[in-house]
Amino acid sequence: MATQNTKTLARLMMAPSVIALLVWMVIPLSMTLYYSFQNYNLLTPQNVSFGGFFNYQYFYTDPAFFTAIWNTLILVVGVLAITVIGGIAIGLLLDQPIFGQGIVRILVISPFFVMPPVAALIWKNMIMHPSYGVLADIARFFGVQPVDWFAQYPLFSVIVIVAWQWLPFATLILLTALQSLDGEQKEAAEMDGANFLNRFIYLTLPHLSRAITVVILIQTIFLLGIYAEILVTTNGGPGYASTNLTFLIYRTARLGYDVGGGAAGGIIAVVLANIVAFFLMRAVGKNLDK
Amino acid sequence: MGSITLKNVQKHFGEAKVIPSVDLEITDGEFVVFVGPSGSGKSTLLRLIAGLEDVSGGSITIDGKDVTEAAPAARGLAMVFQSYALYPHMSVRKNIAFPLKMAKMEQSAIDKKVADAARILNLTDYLERRPGQLSGGQRQRVAIGRAIVREPSAFLFDEPLSNLDAALRGTMRLEISDLHNQLKTTMIYVTHDQIEAMTMADKIVVLNRGNIEQVGSPMDLYNTPRNLFVAGFIGSPRMNLIEGEYAQAKNAKTAGIRPEHLTLSKESGTWKGTVSVAEHLGADTFLHLDVDGIGKMTARASGEFGAHHGDTVYLTPDETRLHRFDDKGLRIAG
Repeated sequence: MATQNTKTLARLMMAPSVIALLVWMVIPLSMTLYYSFQNYNLLTPQNVSFGGFFNYQYFYTDPAFFTAIWNTLILVVGVLAITVIGGIAIGLLLDQPIFGQGIVRILVISPFFVMPPVAALIWKNMIMHPSYGVLADIARFFGVQPVDWFAQYPLFSVIVIVAWQWLPFATLILLTALQSLDGEQKEAAEMDGANFLNRFIYLTLPHLSRAITVVILIQTIFLLGIYAEILVTTNGGPGYASTNLTFLIYRTARLGYDVGGGAAGGIIAVVLANIVAFFLMRAVGKNLDK
Repeated sequence: MGSITLKNVQKHFGEAKVIPSVDLEITDGEFVVFVGPSGSGKSTLLRLIAGLEDVSGGSITIDGKDVTEAAPAARGLAMVFQSYALYPHMSVRKNIAFPLKMAKMEQSAIDKKVADAARILNLTDYLERRPGQLSGGQRQRVAIGRAIVREPSAFLFDEPLSNLDAALRGTMRLEISDLHNQLKTTMIYVTHDQIEAMTMADKIVVLNRGNIEQVGSPMDLYNTPRNLFVAGFIGSPRMNLIEGEYAQAKNAKTAGIRPEHLTLSKESGTWKGTVSVAEHLGADTFLHLDVDGIGKMTARASGEFGAHHGDTVYLTPDETRLHRFDDKGLRIAG
């Protein structure tokens, strides 16, 4: 009886937060779902009517649709590859005893504290700018024609910026995992005749697998919704070269004033994200069960 | 083959001289135990031999070859660690096979060696399991298996039994001694437990603050401890060390008598004491006594001795087994 009461009380106490979370999630989702079936353009707000699946058809047949999905995938995979590989490399370096270790670690982690639009602006105007960016200066120093990054390699440039922002996160998680690797295991492998590469392949990498899984899962969630970096730098262009799904939705809803179309795009994005999550959990989630 | 020679080996960590200078000769096939209290440098010495630490001075020779600068794997030694250091994501089979795989041995040869090792160590049924699914004793055996497949010139054990419970420790002690009798390979074993040292060793090296206090067979150390430290460290319960009038009468600064070399009596004897704690083990009785004019002493009687807290007991030392030490703590011969 006492347990029963405690349980009931516990549920009661938890209820406000659960309800708040539920409302917070359900209301925007259901409103988006509602608008996605309405013909609702902010240029003609008086003409609101039920549109059926027209918005979905409209969004799907948008010439940028498949480009956007493809770009989204490249963006996510590209950033994941750079951050996981780079994170392991930097983690291995930071795991060594070096002078000023504490300060170096804080410096490495600092890009994570820079907010996305600021980071994008810095990269756009101070690093990648074709006339007064640092990279252009370097190119001119070597007598090479400076690269106009956002015009020539727009998606790649966005990937670099986003990877720069997420590298600290991956490094942090992977570094803590590296630090928890048992010293005696490393020494045992050393005595067993494993060189650095073999120790990395047979000892370090399996030890890191769980941390890598966590990095991939968490980053994918955030990378599917990358938006600010694109808005600040390339604005989705040239053409649709750096438009991802999130940016396409923004374009439809805010530049085309098409609330219904944008809402339909949002629902498509939710569905696609869930498909990705499903496969991701199946592929890498097994690692977490161990 | 597995003879190891240490010449003037030193190890400093910054200002701290962990090992000031050690000379030691280990002959092929010996079971050598490094024993000493914590911080005595026994593990450091083992790691220097293994190559996991670099020496600050001196030289290490294995089978006549100078290996002072050689990498750990090149020294032909195998080590069993305190935490076992098994690779957690590999099966027992892969753990044992790992050093062979690193040596680029053929798969068929590896399989055969792993099977042999598993048979010797009773691990055949566990080959597909992971270390996490094994008990402490089994993990210990896997660690030993990983060492023996390499057919090293010497085995190094770094306090391998300290994570096991008392009963298992006894069994594993026997198994390791057995293994040594089978393989006849040099073994160097580090422990802080003098019972492990006494029961397993051909040769005990007693270390204290990085210095070798004495090297000898267990019975050498028991019968003729070279100084007070060895006298107090080897033997359980500890030797009674008596200073003052009694020692002076024997021309010594300190006189030592082991608890088992005291004869107990309820009627008469050299010393009169009061029992403070009596430990009745059945096979033995340990009495902790307050002795008039001397202080606290421990006595051991074979079998049951019916004395309890507060009883008066008389003690008579067997003076042929008396150890005498001078004012520097060194043994006085004779």
